[in-house]
Amino acid sequence: MEKRFMKGCEAIAEAAVRGGCRFFAGYPITPQNEIPEYLSWRLPEVGGSFVQGESEVASINMVYGAAATGTRALTSSSGPGISLKAEGISYLASAQLPAVIVNISRGGPGLGSIQPAQSDYLQATKALGHGGFRTMVFAPATLQEAVDLTYNAWEYAERDRNPVLILMDGCLGAIMEEVELPEMKELTYKNTESWDISKRNGREESHMITPILPEAMLEKLNAYKGMTYKMWEKNDVKVEEYLLDDAEYVVVAYGIAARVAKEAINTLREEGCKVGMIRPITLYPFPKASLDKLDYTAVKGIIDIEMTIPAQMRDDIELQVKGRCPVYEYGRSGGILLDDEGVYEAISAIVKGGNQ
Amino acid sequence: MAAYKRPKSLKEMPTAYCPGCLHALATRLVADVIGELGQESNAVNVISVGCSALNLYSWAGDDIGAAHGRAPAVATGIKRCMPDRLVFTYQGDGDLAAIGLAEIMSAANRGENFTVIFANNQTYGMTGGQMAPTTLIGQKSTTTPFGRDALSTGYPMQMCELISVLKAPAFVARYALNTPKGVMDAKKGIKKAFQYQLEGKGFTFIELLTNCPTNWGMSPLKTFEYMETNTIPYFKPGIFKDVEVQE
Repeated sequence: MEKRFMKGCEAIAEAAVRGGCRFFAGYPITPQNEIPEYLSWRLPEVGGSFVQGESEVASINMVYGAAATGTRALTSSSGPGISLKAEGISYLASAQLPAVIVNISRGGPGLGSIQPAQSDYLQATKALGHGGFRTMVFAPATLQEAVDLTYNAWEYAERDRNPVLILMDGCLGAIMEEVELPEMKELTYKNTESWDISKRNGREESHMITPILPEAMLEKLNAYKGMTYKMWEKNDVKVEEYLLDDAEYVVVAYGIAARVAKEAINTLREEGCKVGMIRPITLYPFPKASLDKLDYTAVKGIIDIEMTIPAQMRDDIELQVKGRCPVYEYGRSGGILLDDEGVYEAISAIVKGGNQ
Repeated sequence: MAAYKRPKSLKEMPTAYCPGCLHALATRLVADVIGELGQESNAVNVISVGCSALNLYSWAGDDIGAAHGRAPAVATGIKRCMPDRLVFTYQGDGDLAAIGLAEIMSAANRGENFTVIFANNQTYGMTGGQMAPTTLIGQKSTTTPFGRDALSTGYPMQMCELISVLKAPAFVARYALNTPKGVMDAKKGIKKAFQYQLEGKGFTFIELLTNCPTNWGMSPLKTFEYMETNTIPYFKPGIFKDVEVQE
């Protein structure tokens, strides 16, 4: 294992290459520019292709073409650009093409701000495009986790023949941390040959990749996708449960918010407050069981902490809490960062004073 | 006597096009050329949105459906990953010259080594005959019921003229499919474009003037006359750029 001190965007770009990514198309947008910049020289080194697309729209469609050849393909952007990619992501889901999309999110809505925010949770988990489909959504909290999730993202995408989203905020994209880089994956065979449009290699039958289907086939595809999502819930949930055993208050937070919240929880624990945390690593499938199985005779409140206002994960939390205790929320928005003091005080006020 | 056979790139089924539609002939020409070049199993047809999407079900080789206007971006992704395959897009004028204008101009400007087959029938056929970017001045459509008016809708977009001013494209040509000579010339042009691609010469663009009896509201023969007197004077056939001739 190779250790390097890397910036978030560059770390996931390198992890993608080591995970087998050989095609990238993207369009400049802050705060993710280091990903295309890094891959513009890195991909040619390993025989891959880099294209700076004329738009986010074109870029996701280049990825659609590349993915159809069975090449591990990546695009990255930030909120406004992900909105533009929405059409193409829906087409990937419909044509059953694997690809990885990275959102280094910033303040929204609209052009919003270029500063970090967690304002794309609803877009990521509920409607990444039209037509009612889902993708797995990975939300790392450290650069090491980002590296590991990116490295393996295509395994899920190819297994399910469905795009995968990695949702990180601009903080994680910009910070530098030490990461252990995994070995370069040697892909000895293609998982995609039974359906892709790579070389024919003597293949007799032709392959059709289509985002449009006759009604009965489309209904079947949607039912199959529905079963896939159920399998994700059963097998693929990733979650960190922190100090839950005796917890009277449970913070729910992901990504950078969870890092800040963990600091506050540690301080409150030193003060004798029984606070724990559920940190979803997969935002979809959402870690429903972690919330459902809490002992609500002991838990007095759930505190949703997100770097966005209003909190977007709250609906998913409340569906599991089912009214068994109050749900509180705290956040900052617009590109204003959560800080240690603010999060500590917000949790502290709820825990010590029952303050909403 | 030469046998007139169905090309291998087309399935043994009728095309889904309306009677008298030149889309069917355009598709047939492309399939014939692919056969003559022995590229049936190597070709990838990037199919766009509109009437051209009907080819998804009749094309016998590898094919992929692209989002509206995005075929050149999809083809870019395919060709960059599979440079040895013969990749072409098949696009109509609404797809290519309106919603897909950024993608076609940018792919041409990058000199992507694939071929674009552009069927220009001056209407949105699939959606029922609305004004296209190529609809002629005075030509009626369901959104220009009194004829296209330049004051409010601008002028028909001349794609060969636009693309041929770019430095990168290797071959840019327009043919009209309303006469046997036009058809034979078009076939030669398509063949040249595919050959250039196979030789790695870069971006090749073939515009085929076609008709739409259904939405123009004319018999097929009348559409041929209309093309001769209205379409061809504005969209002049010819070779706009040939990298071999310039050198």
